Amino acid sequence: MQQRLARGEAAALGELYDRFASLVHSQAHRMLDDETAADLVTREVFGYVWENPGAYDPQQGSMRSWVARLTHRQSVRRLREEEDRRDEADEDGIGLEERVHRATAAARADYIVASMPAPLRAALELAYIQRRDYRQTAADLGVTEDEARRRLRLGLQLLSTAHTRPLEGMSPPGYGRPL
Amino acid sequence: MTGDTNGSEDGGREDEVRGAPRIPGPRSAADDLDLSAVPLPPPVPATPPEEPRPGPQRAAEPAPQPTTPEPETDVAPRHPSDATDATDPPGPPVLAHGVLKALLGAWALAACSAEETEAVEAHLTECAACADEALRLRDAVGLLHTDRSLDLDPTLRTRVIDACLSRRPADIPVPDWASPYDAETARLDALLRDIGDSEWHAPVRLKWFESEQETTRKTTVAGVIGHLMAVDGLVGTALGLDVPLGDGTRGPGADWPLSPTARTERYWSAGRRPPTGRIHEPWREQSHTLIRTVSFAGRRVCELSVSYGDFALPMHDALLDRAFECWVHGGDIADAVDYPYEAPSAAHLNRMIGLVTRLLPAALAERRRTGLAGPARHLVTAGSPGRSLHLEIEGSGGGDWYIPLDSPAALGSPAHAVAQVALDGVEFCQLVAGHVPPVEAAAGQEGDREAIRDVLFAAASLSRL
Repeated sequence: MQQRLARGEAAALGELYDRFASLVHSQAHRMLDDETAADLVTREVFGYVWENPGAYDPQQGSMRSWVARLTHRQSVRRLREEEDRRDEADEDGIGLEERVHRATAAARADYIVASMPAPLRAALELAYIQRRDYRQTAADLGVTEDEARRRLRLGLQLLSTAHTRPLEGMSPPGYGRPL
Repeated sequence: MTGDTNGSEDGGREDEVRGAPRIPGPRSAADDLDLSAVPLPPPVPATPPEEPRPGPQRAAEPAPQPTTPEPETDVAPRHPSDATDATDPPGPPVLAHGVLKALLGAWALAACSAEETEAVEAHLTECAACADEALRLRDAVGLLHTDRSLDLDPTLRTRVIDACLSRRPADIPVPDWASPYDAETARLDALLRDIGDSEWHAPVRLKWFESEQETTRKTTVAGVIGHLMAVDGLVGTALGLDVPLGDGTRGPGADWPLSPTARTERYWSAGRRPPTGRIHEPWREQSHTLIRTVSFAGRRVCELSVSYGDFALPMHDALLDRAFECWVHGGDIADAVDYPYEAPSAAHLNRMIGLVTRLLPAALAERRRTGLAGPARHLVTAGSPGRSLHLEIEGSGGGDWYIPLDSPAALGSPAHAVAQVALDGVEFCQLVAGHVPPVEAAAGQEGDREAIRDVLFAAASLSRL
């Protein structure tokens, strides 16, 4: 894919979009809570990849994770720009760093849910979205109640790392859960 | 964030937790170990998971909770029924630490019984380790959210790609005539990504107009994709590509019929089992490959003939036809799984209608040959303007077209218009797709009634499986 992008193949750009657009857009939307802003971030991220396909280093991880990092970076930039535009009078008590941290945790959580093993995700979705209790969850999944409890706990444990492990190079000291 | 559980109880309890012993001592928790088997999310590949590990931290403290009978008990060896059995004694149930700990995930999600909830909460006031984990899991629940309405705006793809191409023009562009196919396959792909495994088996009744009447064929969502893939294979065959053969393999398919219907039937019968969601990937792969191949193929590929058995279309029209089919069947699928599905962009719809108007004169002539349409009235020399029908398409993608009535060789001409039909663009396409019978097509009509009838029926006769 990287080579095809470097060659300037528009068809590869389309395939790149098809593969990652929902990741980029939903992550940006989660961080910025604004459809238009998420559209713009999506445009920026794909524009950046298309213009700089060589910036991706496969040694550093999957293309997916690279695209996720770019999205995070762009979204944080937009949060900062937004903050600059804000009136000083508009003090709602939430500082920029806190906003960035919350947005990051939210986006990370989505990423974690999307990439967690399917059995854990299925259990969480049943319990959280379908409001099934763990016994019903166990029955729906065809597993023991022990296993259902285990999956719910494990899924949440994974998810909780969204709060504590910042994305690439972000160091928000003093934020996150004191563990 | 949707963290309604987030802030409310952070303050007080958290402080309690911080001062208290946190980890009940070393233990080999089977379910904790599993976490290390879970691949870490890539954005921070170097950081270890935050899960409290069985390890040396405060290992000396034996979890001094007086009411916890077996603080060190593992979850695994317990009987699954323990939790329920323990509700038998009257009063607040006393469950073992291990059982309560295992319940924390379900508790945080409010997914356990009232008795269990009570027992867990009683335990949390006494067991700092569990209280600590409980808080973390509760916070994690705050990060979940239900709004799955983040379907991408289908127009975003074009906007994003156009913006990219204005920043860095493509060295190998997708030919303009392939863009409707590119857009429609992308739209259908987005729909298919959103549907669940079971929805691939949702029944779909395909409708078209054949032998002067409505015809239907029952299949499933996956069957429709198989149909699209099999007929897209005609384009692949024209380009010399291997095509999917229905049994999971690919090949030249040299002995496969070219007629779209026969080809589809062959595809459907080639698989040993009914098609499933697994068909998504090869369908998408083939459409990507077609777009990529025509991008590289050079300018002349646009006139390359694509045979459909009884007829042939030049490549640029064939891909437009495939884009049209992709939209129509995307709509069939969307109806079957109750999703919204919009019409193509105005520019693409306009081109699809243009293709239909180019096919109509030959369809009229064919119907005339078989006695289904009225006789030619005024034959003119080839290339001269002849008696025409003014097709006025309203709304998005609309325009004015003049269909020569007496011979495909004649030119349509406003000056020779004997009738006018006014139709909405999408309605017209539904007629051409055979979804709306010609007698019911909501059309404004004026002029020669026979000409109007002939053209509407000819439009419907273009439909096929």
